[in-house]
Amino acid sequence: MKYINKLMLLLCSALLAVSATMTLAGEVKSGYEFIKPATREMQDDDFENPGLLTVEQGQQLFNSTQQGADKSCASCHGEDGENLKPKVLARYPVYSKDVASIVTLQQRISRCRDDNTGSKTLPTDHPDLVALETFVRNRAIGEPVNVQTDGPMADLLAAGEELYRTRFGLIDMACYQCHDIYPGQMIRGQKISQGQANGFPAYRLDTGEITTLNQRIQQCLNLMRAEPFDADSEEIRLMGLYIMSRSNGLGIETPAIRY
Amino acid sequence: MGAADSVELTPCSLYQKAIYCSVVSAVYKTDMKVHKYLITLLLAGSLLSGVVNAEDALPDDYCRWEVTDYTIKEPLCGLAGDVQRGREIATDGSRGNCLACHQLPVPGVEAYGTIGPPLENIAARLSVAMIRLRVVDTRSINPLSIMPGFYRDPRLINRPATAFRGRTFLTAQQVEDVIAYLGTLK
Repeated sequence: MKYINKLMLLLCSALLAVSATMTLAGEVKSGYEFIKPATREMQDDDFENPGLLTVEQGQQLFNSTQQGADKSCASCHGEDGENLKPKVLARYPVYSKDVASIVTLQQRISRCRDDNTGSKTLPTDHPDLVALETFVRNRAIGEPVNVQTDGPMADLLAAGEELYRTRFGLIDMACYQCHDIYPGQMIRGQKISQGQANGFPAYRLDTGEITTLNQRIQQCLNLMRAEPFDADSEEIRLMGLYIMSRSNGLGIETPAIRY
Repeated sequence: MGAADSVELTPCSLYQKAIYCSVVSAVYKTDMKVHKYLITLLLAGSLLSGVVNAEDALPDDYCRWEVTDYTIKEPLCGLAGDVQRGREIATDGSRGNCLACHQLPVPGVEAYGTIGPPLENIAARLSVAMIRLRVVDTRSINPLSIMPGFYRDPRLINRPATAFRGRTFLTAQQVEDVIAYLGTLK
């Protein structure tokens, strides 16, 4: 009988653990559903949305040629990026056999630019790359995010999820605690979202800047009083991959407006 | 979304409901994936609760505390708390910031959080010694709680920013001040 009691206790605590860790089976909702109506209007209005300035800036870079070179991004992809395929853009980050890892959209843009336009390699999240990424991602607006989840991606996603479920920093919280358990609840005056990535790069009202998903993760870690992972670290890339895969099925909103 | 895909839970909005829902779903819809998850979680839970980073020494001014009967009976470092100061710390966004997650009976404050329970009558429900445990390190009674430990062993903190290494969220005096304030909420 004693064993049965112990077993029951074990089972109960296990169930408790599962209930708290698993997403409460709700549907996937864009951050758009969690922002105030006035912020939604701002996002939807091309003249009001400050992120569109970055899109324009990105388009200029897309069309500009480097010194001593005769090709710009637009030479192949079109002045408005009309030769870029939204369905392909929605797949990023993608798995690449060459590097046996993932390639983010920003990395892909950077490499393509270095190889074909004679530009100097820029560091991750350099303002020019952020602007280009914002412009390119915006070409796929409305296209559902469609990150590969099977094959070689499965292990990478599992590693990303583990980080998503790890507590960090003096404030000692994990991503899943806010974004899987408490979406819709208030944290001080703000509604907690599901932490979806379909709107990134997004314009953040809190910082007044366009922000890539990597940067957003770093800012969140800072808020947790944790040592943020470097922009090129494996950790942040895996977290970004997992978080983007959670948004599968949500339409791309870049540049969204978020808090 | 990981394991959630394999199990269709009944929709639950509250944590309490979640426990009930998980029981229902576990009875009807258990599959191997859940088992695997469950075991991993249990293992992770038992490991995480006792991992101490040996490289970092405990700061000199850190006072050890002891849990008995789900309480911490002795005030931290033997300090007495100040109600007025505690109230300021509890409502200050850069210090206690209780309002980020809890509702407090503070006039003029409209923005508060709804993650934790309202603290309006907390002292009517819990003794001061019980409150102390919950402020100091609530995870010693609820390992899955989202609430940070305000006087948790700094060696248990994963990847603190350099500026916060070896530090507790609040000082022992600040924690006692907050406890003194919460003790007045009857």
